[in-house]
Order: sequence, then structure tokens, then C-alpha cells
Amino acid sequence: MAAGSTSLWDWDYAFSIIPDLLKALLTTIEITVLGSAVAFVLGLVIAVVRRARIPVVDQVLWALVEVIRSTPLLVQIFFLFFVLPRFGLTLSAFVVGVTALGVHYATYTSEVYRAGIDAVPKGQWEAATALSLPRSRVWTGVILPQAIPRVLPALGNYAISMFKEVPLLLAIGVVEVVNAGRELGSETFRFTEPYTIAGVLFLVLSYPASMLVRRLERRAAVR
Amino acid sequence: MITFDAVEKRFGDNVVLRELSFDVAPGEHVTLIGPSGSGKTTILRLLMTLEKVNSGTISVAGRYLSHMVKGDKLVPSDEKYCREVRMRIGMVFQQFNLFPNMTVRGNLIEAPTRVLGLSKDEANARAQDLLDLVGLGEKIDAHPTQLSGGQQQRVAIARALAMRPDVLLLDEVTSALDPELVAGVLKLLRDIGESTDITILCVTHEMGFARDFSDRVMMFDGGRVIEDAPPEKIFSDPDHRRTQDFLQAVLNH
Amino acid sequence: MSDNLSRIVPVLLQGLPPTVIATVGGIVLTILLSVPAGLLLLSSRRWVRVLVRIYVEGFRGTSEVVQLFWIYFVLPVLIGFQLVPLWAGVLVLGLNHGAYGAEIVRGAVQSVPRAQYEGAIALSLSPAQRMRRVIFPQALVEMLPPMNNLFIQLLKSTAILALITVPEVTRQARDVLIPNYGDDTILIFGLVFLVYLVLAAILTALMRLAERIASRRVGRRPSRAARVAARAAGPGVSDRMAGI
Repeated sequence: MAAGSTSLWDWDYAFSIIPDLLKALLTTIEITVLGSAVAFVLGLVIAVVRRARIPVVDQVLWALVEVIRSTPLLVQIFFLFFVLPRFGLTLSAFVVGVTALGVHYATYTSEVYRAGIDAVPKGQWEAATALSLPRSRVWTGVILPQAIPRVLPALGNYAISMFKEVPLLLAIGVVEVVNAGRELGSETFRFTEPYTIAGVLFLVLSYPASMLVRRLERRAAVR
Repeated sequence: MITFDAVEKRFGDNVVLRELSFDVAPGEHVTLIGPSGSGKTTILRLLMTLEKVNSGTISVAGRYLSHMVKGDKLVPSDEKYCREVRMRIGMVFQQFNLFPNMTVRGNLIEAPTRVLGLSKDEANARAQDLLDLVGLGEKIDAHPTQLSGGQQQRVAIARALAMRPDVLLLDEVTSALDPELVAGVLKLLRDIGESTDITILCVTHEMGFARDFSDRVMMFDGGRVIEDAPPEKIFSDPDHRRTQDFLQAVLNH
Repeated sequence: MSDNLSRIVPVLLQGLPPTVIATVGGIVLTILLSVPAGLLLLSSRRWVRVLVRIYVEGFRGTSEVVQLFWIYFVLPVLIGFQLVPLWAGVLVLGLNHGAYGAEIVRGAVQSVPRAQYEGAIALSLSPAQRMRRVIFPQALVEMLPPMNNLFIQLLKSTAILALITVPEVTRQARDVLIPNYGDDTILIFGLVFLVYLVLAAILTALMRLAERIASRRVGRRPSRAARVAARAAGPGVSDRMAGI
């Protein structure tokens, strides 16, 4: 390969590593999609359960959310990776990654859902109660359909932000873009190309995505 | 003191002032009346350089305000030039616009110290005098948010006067006040009008005040002055049909 | 278990200084970058706005880990000398969070009512005086709650410095403690979580104090609503989300 090259930037080398980096990018995207799914569902569950204010359950959830939000994702990744096996639960690094990202971001999305739910006027609850709708139907038929469209932009932003945190999983051996770049680089001792391309890949995906979310946001604000 | 010469002002397609020309003599008190949207407030905002003219010129005390002379040409005025001419003009706003990050004292001494270059002591003395004048001498270290609307507006008036302006612009200064506070502020303005020789331009819906405060009243409609006469004439024997209708609507509301 | 506690705690605490230095250094750099960048985003000159936009979007659009690796492994090749890992880390933390902070500053300045500019113009204050004396002190109140969130985010990000060999708390746990005290993983992680929680609590307490002071200066009480909104607004949300 171009290992002997001493120039700052070697185009041949750059092109030669793109296929491997793209494959790793696919893994990154998979993890983001799965992690977001966990975060969106779990966050909603947390928000709805917390809204019920069940004694003890509420305090425990509050404490869990606070601990997870205020401590580094990287530590949580290590935590799952090293602690779960002690309970006989040995998961692949990929699954640990999806779980860690999903749970971590669920604590963020639960706040988003809560704000969205709070933004539904009190009169909507009262009207639904006046119609004697069952509790579950109040949620699924009245409150959530009004709350969720409002929170979509914020959820989108969290998905994008999760995408950019997937590289943390290189610490437990997941071959996402940066890790792939590191492996390629350590074969050739050239890191400029892999890490620069990795940065560009993140930019070309996340920038248009956040523009899209911003558009969504503006449209939601007009409505 | 103030000269508008064929001033035109548009907001997009909406022509707010068309071919407007008038003069205001030094020391004169002029009240602008007319239906909302007739361009009265725009005149004050143009004078304060908060808006720019589309065509025509405005001058104050013999100097162009909307434009400046560059070589032998007249070009739209830039920020630096505006600031120079602007110093002679003060404005009191409908919503007071006091600075919430400063005390009453801070609001009063900010511009005199930083723009006029007064010493802290001079500015403080001036602030105290003016607050005494507006009846809030003991509120000098209060915070604007601790004051009632009427008190805030008195502070705003004092703040404008602290710059010793030649021209004072009053933009619906009582419109945001609770009814019981209006009379006090109007009385203060009458006192200031009598005791100083400041040229005052005033937009108001208080017709009683307009009648006994003004030397002249200008009735606006559709971006034009349709009637310009002393208050006695306007309020008792207006020439124009629109003026009659407007006054009737305002006085019988 | 408890006999190991006395051996585990000192090792973790050795990691505290790098974590604290990275946090404080990163915050200082964030402030130094985000205030000018935020104000320049409002410049009337287009090329200035475009230039600052490139910085902001460049750092918000790429992963912080990529930025860290780039500055630690690639930049030395370009500039010809190796950066001290801790300072490379501070640089990345500051550059990255400064980009997010710029948006906070811009949004806060824009949220000051137009009438305040007009009041300042009517007093003939110069553009610089208007910003410094009237607009910015009011904007400061708006920017503190989201800045608090940003700084907590930065504190958490200091953990990634473990990836470039900085012996901060996370690396101490991962590289020194886990291999040596394999039976005490839960204890070790409990302590690590505790360290970050305490640091986050201290940071928040300091920011609340700053909020109180800044609010008092504009005659307001610190707004709980603003804090809740900042918490729910999330990363990269450009304008405070209306209604949420």
C-alpha cells in the first residue's frame, strides 16, 4: 500500500480505504437506528410512568434518570460491558453499545416527552375525563397524538447526536467508523486520511439531517 | 427646528408617509393625531433614526438627519453621523423601554456619562434633580421592575431629559398606563412643556391633553397631513370631514 | 470488598485533577469561543457570518471522538510536534462545546426585545455600548440555564480523554482498577458514577449562583421554566423550542 508515502495527503490511499470506512459507517448507522428505537420507546415509557407519580417507583426512576444524565456515556458503556457478565449476561459489544446508547438517550428523550405532554392544554385532559374515556384511551387517543408531533424535532436532534457518539463504542471493540480508521491507520501508520475521511462522513450525514430537523422545527413552530 | 421635505416612507408595498413636508419651529409643541396606522409614530421613529426614509429629507436644527453631505452630494446618513445628530433628540416610548439590568440611577446616568462625557458626580446630580422634578427623588436606587407603570414612565421621561435634548419625542406615552396613572404623567409633561423651551413632538390619543398642551395639532390620514391648525381651531371647528369623524369617534368612545 | 475500598478510592482520586483541569479548562475555552462566535453570527457582514458558521457547523456536525483523534493523531503531523494529551483534550472540549455555545449566545442576544435596542439608540449609545451595557447583560440571564446544560455535557465529555491516555477518572477505573480488582467492578463503577455526580452537582450549584446574580441584576427571579426548557431542548436545537 501507500505506507511509504511521506506526503501530507495521499489520494490513492484515501480512496483505497473508503470501502472499509463505508462498511463501518453502515455499522454506525445500524447502531444509531437501533439505539434511537430503544431511546424513543423507553423514553416514552419513562415519561408516561413518571407522570403517574407512583410512590417509590417515581423516586427510583428520578434517581436513575439523574444518574444516567449526569454521568459520562463512556462510563456507562464500560459499566454494561464489565458488570453484566458478572451476572452471567454476556452480550456482544454491538448489543452492549445499542443498549448503552438507547438507555442513556432514553433519559434525555423522557424529558422531551414530558415537556411535550405538559404542553398539551389542561382542557384536553378535562374534556377526555368528561367523556369518561378510559385512562389508556386518554393517552393513546388524545394526549400522545398531540404531544408527539411537537417533540419530533427534538427527538430527531437526539438521534443525530447519538450518531455522533457511536464512536465511543470503539472503547469496547465495536468496529464503527473511527475504530475502522484506527485499524486501517495502524497497518500503514497513516492516520491523516482515515480520521479526516471519518470526520467528513459524519459531517455529510449529520449536517443535512440537522438541516432537515431544523426545517421540521420551523414548520412545527408555525403551526 | 425640524423640517420634513417631501418625505416618503414605505414598509414593503405599504406606503406609510407620502410626500410629507412640514416644519416645526424651535420651542413649538406639536401634537400628531389621527387613526392608527396613519403614520404618526413613524414620524417620531424617523426623527429618532429608528427608521430610514425611502425618499425626501429630514433635518433638525439646520442639519440633515436622514442624509449627510459628502463632497457636494447628499448621501443617506451612516451610523456615526446619525449618532452625532441624534444626541440632540430624546424619545419617550409607549412601553418605557427602561433597561432592566440597571437601577433607576443607572438608567439616568448611563448616556450622560458615556455619550456626553459627564463625570459621575455631575451625572448623579443631574439624575437626582430630574427625579425630584418627576416626583421620584427617593426611588433613585430602586430597580425599574419595582416601580409601577406610571413611575417607570416618569423615570423614562427623566432619562430622556437627562440628555438635555433640543427635541423631545413623546410616542403615546400614556397608552400603556392604567387609567388612574395617566393624569399624573400628563401633568408632569405639561409642567415640562411650560418650564423648558424644548421642541416637543407628541403622538397621543389624549385629546384633552393635546388641546391645552399643543401650539399646533396636525391631523394625519393615509400618510398625509390633512389638517394643520392650532388646537382651538381643530377641536372646535375642523375644516376637514375626516377630522370631524375622527374626533367624534375618539371623544365619544 | 470493603478492605479494597481503601485501595480503590485513592486510585480514583488520582484521576480527579486531570478531570477537573479538563472540565475547567474546557469551560473557560468554551466561554472564550462562544461569546465572540455567537456575537459574530449576528454580524451585518455576510462573510463574517459564513466564516463563523463554518466553525460552528463543522464542530457540531462531526463526532467529538473524531475531533479528539484528529487533533491528537493528525494535527501533530501537520504542525510537527506532539500535543500533551490533556491539553489536546482541553482544546477539543473547548472547540466542540464552543460551537454549541455560540448558538446559545446568538439565541440569547436575539431574544432581547427590539425595544431595548431602540431605547439605547434613543440615548445615542454607540453600537458597542448598546451591546455591552444594555443588550448583553440581559442576554446573559437567558444564556445561563442552557450554558449550565452545556457545561455538564462538557464535564461528561472529559471521559473521552481516556481514549488518548489522559489518566483521568474514567481511565483510572478502566485501566488500573478493573484489571486489578475484578471482583469489585460494581463498587468501582458506583464510585466513578459518584465522582461525576458530585462534580455535576458542584457545577450546577455554581451556575445557579451565577443565574441568581445575573437575574437579580435585571430585577428578575431565576426562571425555573427556562431551566426546564433548556433541559428538554436538547443538543443542537438552534432556537429555544417555542411552546415546549
